[in-house]
Amino acid sequence: MRLASINEPGAGGLPMTRAAAMKLWPDPWRAGAVLVAAIVAMPVISLLWLAFNPERNIWPMLANTMLPQMVLTTLWLIAGVGAGAILLGVGTAWLVSQRQFPARGFFEWALLTPFAMPAYLTAYAYVDFLEFSGPVQIALRALTGWDGPADYRFPEIRSIGGAILVLSLTLYPYVYLSARAAFLQQASGVLEVSRTLGHGPWAVFFRVALPMARPAIVVGVILALMEALGDFGTVDYFAVRTLTAGVYDVWLGMGNAGGAAQIALTLMGFVLLLITLERMARRDRRFHGAAVSHRATPQTRMSRPWMMAAFLFCLLPVIFGFVIPAGILTRMAMTRLSLNMDAIFLGYALNSLMLASMASVLAVCIGLFLAYGARLSAGRGQKILTRLASAGYVIPGAVLALGVMIPFGAFDNALDALLKSWFGISTGLLLSGSLFALLFAYVVRFLALSFGPLESGLTRITPAMDMASRSLGQGPGGTLLRVHLPLLRAPILTAMLLVFVDCMKELPATLILRPFNFDTLATHVYTYASLGRLEDSALAGLSIVAAGLLPVILLARAITGRPAQRPPG
Amino acid sequence: MPYFIPLFIPLRVRRDPIPKLPVLRRLWIGVFLSAALSSPLAAAEVNVYSYRQPALMQPLFDKFTTSTGIIVNSLFAEKGLAERIKAEGVNSPADVILATDIARLTELVEADVTQPVNSALLEKIIPANLRAPDGRWFALTQRARVVYASKARVKPGEIISYEALAEPQWKGRICSRSGASDYNVALLAAHIAHHGEASAIAWLKGLRANLARKPQGDDRAQIRAVAQGECDIALGNSYYLAVMLADPAQREAAQAVNIIFPNQEDAGKNNWGAHVNISGMAMARHAPNRDAALKLMEFLSGREAQQIYAEINNEYPVNPDAHWSELMLSWGKFKADDLPLVEIARHRVRALEIVYETGFDQ
Repeated sequence: MRLASINEPGAGGLPMTRAAAMKLWPDPWRAGAVLVAAIVAMPVISLLWLAFNPERNIWPMLANTMLPQMVLTTLWLIAGVGAGAILLGVGTAWLVSQRQFPARGFFEWALLTPFAMPAYLTAYAYVDFLEFSGPVQIALRALTGWDGPADYRFPEIRSIGGAILVLSLTLYPYVYLSARAAFLQQASGVLEVSRTLGHGPWAVFFRVALPMARPAIVVGVILALMEALGDFGTVDYFAVRTLTAGVYDVWLGMGNAGGAAQIALTLMGFVLLLITLERMARRDRRFHGAAVSHRATPQTRMSRPWMMAAFLFCLLPVIFGFVIPAGILTRMAMTRLSLNMDAIFLGYALNSLMLASMASVLAVCIGLFLAYGARLSAGRGQKILTRLASAGYVIPGAVLALGVMIPFGAFDNALDALLKSWFGISTGLLLSGSLFALLFAYVVRFLALSFGPLESGLTRITPAMDMASRSLGQGPGGTLLRVHLPLLRAPILTAMLLVFVDCMKELPATLILRPFNFDTLATHVYTYASLGRLEDSALAGLSIVAAGLLPVILLARAITGRPAQRPPG
Repeated sequence: MPYFIPLFIPLRVRRDPIPKLPVLRRLWIGVFLSAALSSPLAAAEVNVYSYRQPALMQPLFDKFTTSTGIIVNSLFAEKGLAERIKAEGVNSPADVILATDIARLTELVEADVTQPVNSALLEKIIPANLRAPDGRWFALTQRARVVYASKARVKPGEIISYEALAEPQWKGRICSRSGASDYNVALLAAHIAHHGEASAIAWLKGLRANLARKPQGDDRAQIRAVAQGECDIALGNSYYLAVMLADPAQREAAQAVNIIFPNQEDAGKNNWGAHVNISGMAMARHAPNRDAALKLMEFLSGREAQQIYAEINNEYPVNPDAHWSELMLSWGKFKADDLPLVEIARHRVRALEIVYETGFDQ
C-alpha cells in the first residue's frame, strides 16, 4: 500500500497524516478504482499495442509531405475553437449569472440549445446554405448580376475559418455550462469584498471571478478541444486536413491501422500534455472557495446600452448556433415529411434514447467512482490509468471502436475456447457485436464528459468537509453518499446531460460496433446524408436535436435552481 | 425491439443516483441477456457485413428472402468491418462481405478474413478479369470514373482524356473532391500502372495547378459546382449523375453537365479506356452459414439482381445477360480500361503517397 502521494498537492488530494489515512482508507476503494480505470482504459491500451505493431513506419513519408501542414492546421483549429469557446462560453456565463438584462432567464437555458445540434449537422446545414451553389450565393448572384467566382469574393465556408466558426458555435456550451456553475458557486462575499476594495466591474471579473473559476473553465475548454480533435466528420466536411484526417488516410488508404493508432495516440498525448501543463501552472493554488455561505449573488443592474450589448452578446450564439441551422434543417424536412414518418423511424428514436440514457447513467457512476477514488488517494499508476481512461474522447470514434473490439474479441474467443475444451459448450461471441460492446464504447468515449465536471466539482468542495465527516464517524462511502452527493447535484446533472446528448449524436463508433439490423437516429441520418440526400435525413437529424433539446432544457432548469432556492448545503 | 425489454427493467427499479450492487448486477444480467437474445438463432439466415449503403442493398435482400426464405441480417459501416471480422475471429458471424472499391476487397484478402469460393455458376457469369483467380472476391458491378463538363462552357470534343486535365488550357476551371478519396486514388493508381510513377506525379501536379478551388465535397458537389459556374469540368463516378437526375432538387444541376467517357478510341495513344472501379463481394473466412452465403452470392450475380443494380443505381452489371437502364443506354457503350484490378490495388499506397507529396489537398 503506497500512501506517500496522499499529501501531494493536486486536484483535491486530501492532506492527511499517514496514520489517519491508514485507518480511514480501506483498500477496496483503491483496488476498485484501479480495476475500473483499467477496464475503461483497455481500448486505449489496445490501441497502444496496435501502435507498436504498425504495418510499416509512416512517419518519414508523413514528415516529408503533409505532416507539417496537418500539425499547423490542427494547432490553428485548436487555437481558434479554444478562443471562440472561451469568448462565447465564459462571456455568456458571466452575464447570465451575474448581470441583469432583458430575457436573462430565457438565455439561461437557451444558450445550451446549440449543444443539442450535432456539429456535423450544423456543418451540413451551413455549407449547404452558404456554399457557391447554395441559396445565399445564388440569390446574391441573381441580385447583382455577377455570375462567376471571378466577379466577387465570398468567404469560403469550406475552410479552416468555417470549421472554427461552426465548432465554436456548437462546442461553447461545454464552457458555458462549467463556467456558469462555477460563477454561481462563488460566494458572493468574495465579489463584494473585491468591489468594496475598489475594483470596478471589469476588474472584479478579470482579477477575482475569472481566476477563481479557472479549473471549471479549463474543464470546459478541454472538453471542447477534445471533441474538435476527435470529430472527423465535421472537419472533413469543411475540407480541413487536420491530423484526424491523416488518421483515416493512413488507416483506410494505406491499410495501416497501426500507423493510424500512432497518430491518434499522438493527438491524445498532446491533449494530456495540455492538461498537465495547465495543472503545473495551477500548481499549489487551491480553488475550494469559502463554501460556507451560499447566498445567491445578486445580479447587478447595468446601464441601458450595456444591457443591450449583453442581450445581443447572448442572442448571437443562440441564433447562429441553433436557430439558423435548425431552421435550414426544418425547411428541408418539410419537403419530405410524409416520406419519413413511420414506425421504423420511431424504433430508431427509441434505440437512441435507451442507449443514451443507459450510457449516461453508467458514465456518471464510473466517473464519480474514479474522481472520488482520485480524491481519496491516488498512486502514480492509478493517476495514469484514470487519465488514460478519461482521455478516450480525443480519439476519433472509429479508431476507438477498433480499440474496443480487439480486447472484446480476444476475450470472447478465449472464453469460448476454454468452455468448449472443458465443458463442450460454445458461448460464441458473448460481448462483441452486442449492445454491451456499444454501451461500453460510449462509456469509454464519453467518460471525459462525466469525469471532468465531477472532478472539478469535487475540487470545489473543501477537504474540511471530508475531514469533518470522517471525524464524525463516516467512512469514505458514507462521506461520498451523505456529504458529497448532495453538494455535487449540479455537476452530476451536468455530467449526465453532456453524456446523454453526446450519445444521441454519436456516429462513427455506433456504425462499426452495433449489432445486426440495428439503427439509431444518428446512423439513420448518416445513411441518407452520405447518399447526398440530406433532405431525407433532415427529419431524423431534427429529432436528434429535439431529443437532445428536451433533457437540455429540463436539466438546465434543474441545474439553474439558483443557490438561494437550494436547501442550505 | 424485444432485446431491449430486459435492458430497461433495472433502470426502473430505483431512482437512487448511486445504484447499490444488486441493481448493478441486475443491469449486467440484463445486458448479457439482451446480447444473447439479439444474436442470430439457428434458422436459415445469412449475415452480411456491408461497406455499401443499405438503401440500395435492402431491396435486393428482400427479393432474396422472398425467393429463398433465407433471412438476411445486415450491418453497414463505411470503415472498420475488416478489423471487426478479424477481432471476432473464428466466432465471427459474418458470412458475406460487400465492398464498393477494389481497395476494400484486396484489403479483406490481405487481412485474411475471406475464403476462396468455388462456384461454377459464379465463374460462368462473372468475367475472369472481374474476380480473384482463387475466388476470394467477385465483382458485382462496374462504375466508370468519368469527366463531367459544363454544357454551356465546354464544347464537345474539347476534353477527351484524363491526361488532358493537366494541360494549361484548363487553368482555374477544374473542381475535384479530395485527392485522398478512394476513387481518385484508384484513378491515380491506374495512371501509375499505364504511364509510370514520374508521369503520375507530373500529371497530378498539373491537375492541381488547374483547380478552381481547394478539393472539397463529394462527387455530387463537383457536379453542382460545374452547374453553378464555379468551374467547368470535374471528375466523378458515372452513377452520381443518375442519382442527381432522379432527385427533383438536384435535377437542374445534373442537366447542366455532359458526361464524357475519357480515353476512348479518339484519344490517340491514350486510348486505354475509361477507368473503372468495381463493387464486389467476398465470403468471410469463418462464415457460419456457408450454403446460404453461396446462395446469396449467386443470387446477387444473377440476372434479376443485376438488373436491379442497373435500374436503381445505374451501375454497370457484371452479368452480361442483365439489361442496362434507359439512362445508361443513352450514355452509350464505352471502352473500359482492361487493366487487371489487382494492378490498381497494387499501386494504391504509392498513389496515396503521391497525393500527399504533391500536396493536392492543401
